[in-house]
Amino acid sequence: MHEWALAEAIISSVSQIAEKEGLKEVREVKIKVGELQQVEVEILEFALSELKMDKLKNAKFFIEAVRAELKCRVCEHKWSFSRNRLDKESAEAIHFVPETVHAYIKCPRCGSPDFEILQGRGVWLESVKGVK
Amino acid sequence: MIDPRKSIINKRLGRVKHIIAVSSGKGGVGKSLVASTLALILANKKFKVGLFDADFTSPSTHLILGVKNAKPREEKGVIPAHVHGLKYVSIVAYSRENALPLRGADVSNALMELFATIIWGELDFLIVDMPPGISDALLDVIRLVKGINFLIVTTPSPLAFETVKKLLELLAELKVPVVGVVENMKIRESNFIPQNVRDAGFRFLGELPFDPKVEDSLGNVDTLLKTDFAIKLAKIALEIFL
Repeated sequence: MHEWALAEAIISSVSQIAEKEGLKEVREVKIKVGELQQVEVEILEFALSELKMDKLKNAKFFIEAVRAELKCRVCEHKWSFSRNRLDKESAEAIHFVPETVHAYIKCPRCGSPDFEILQGRGVWLESVKGVK
Repeated sequence: MIDPRKSIINKRLGRVKHIIAVSSGKGGVGKSLVASTLALILANKKFKVGLFDADFTSPSTHLILGVKNAKPREEKGVIPAHVHGLKYVSIVAYSRENALPLRGADVSNALMELFATIIWGELDFLIVDMPPGISDALLDVIRLVKGINFLIVTTPSPLAFETVKKLLELLAELKVPVVGVVENMKIRESNFIPQNVRDAGFRFLGELPFDPKVEDSLGNVDTLLKTDFAIKLAKIALEIFL
């Protein structure tokens, strides 16, 4: 239920943005969820619906999944993250702390653990819209 | 694009009375040992204490505490494991026996993830075992954690103090509170560290002896707490925090 902690962070962040931008009501929140963190979108949606209140009461949350793309810093090979290649415990570790991917995955071409996560790491707010 | 995690961190730490980052400019000075032993000493005094091993690439508090499987629980966030009366989180629970090669940006991301998701609850003290040096992790905890205090560890060596002095200057410049400086692994009489710490305008907290028994006590907290090192640290801790 790591998704609840992330949902709380989203609600907190959106509330701060609404305050800063003088929004009376938040209508739409766009969220991007990276594949690497393996967030259960249904649980995240449920948590958001349970946690939203005050200015966010009527907000609609749109969640878009983003493929996780990795790039080797040594040989520049690019590849996509696949949960299926991991055992349950390693996948769970990456779910909690996506950076632990460096403990479990290596570049499929040269074997280096020195790669960057080009996209699809975790949870991001893309936009917050509302009425002033 | 906005990272929502930052906004929740201070709420997560909202019921923690004191956050103490045990830090040093230099590696190998005994930060993890000071952090772990300090946490145990405070817990033995009936305080509610958390210990967070933030040295992601070289974690060692689990070895000091003799922890084999301290996996946090998941319940609407990360619930720390209970170890020797402490709430405890180390990345070892996730990276296990594997090397975890991280660049600076990865360290920042992992720190933010854990600060945003660990539910520490009510604590008197959260002790954070910092990685050595003046880089991403240090700058991130200063940036992200409101009200953090630093306890600095040095050895008697001028080589260690050279970078410790720079760390102290940086913390002073950034107006970050510093509890003081402890001198670890003291092997002979010298006023070099106490004098230099005071000259720099900081509190010298005391010296901890180089105690060969500490190595033999790694993994056994009862033995560790009986070492001269721990007894001296307990006196320092009581002077600072009681």
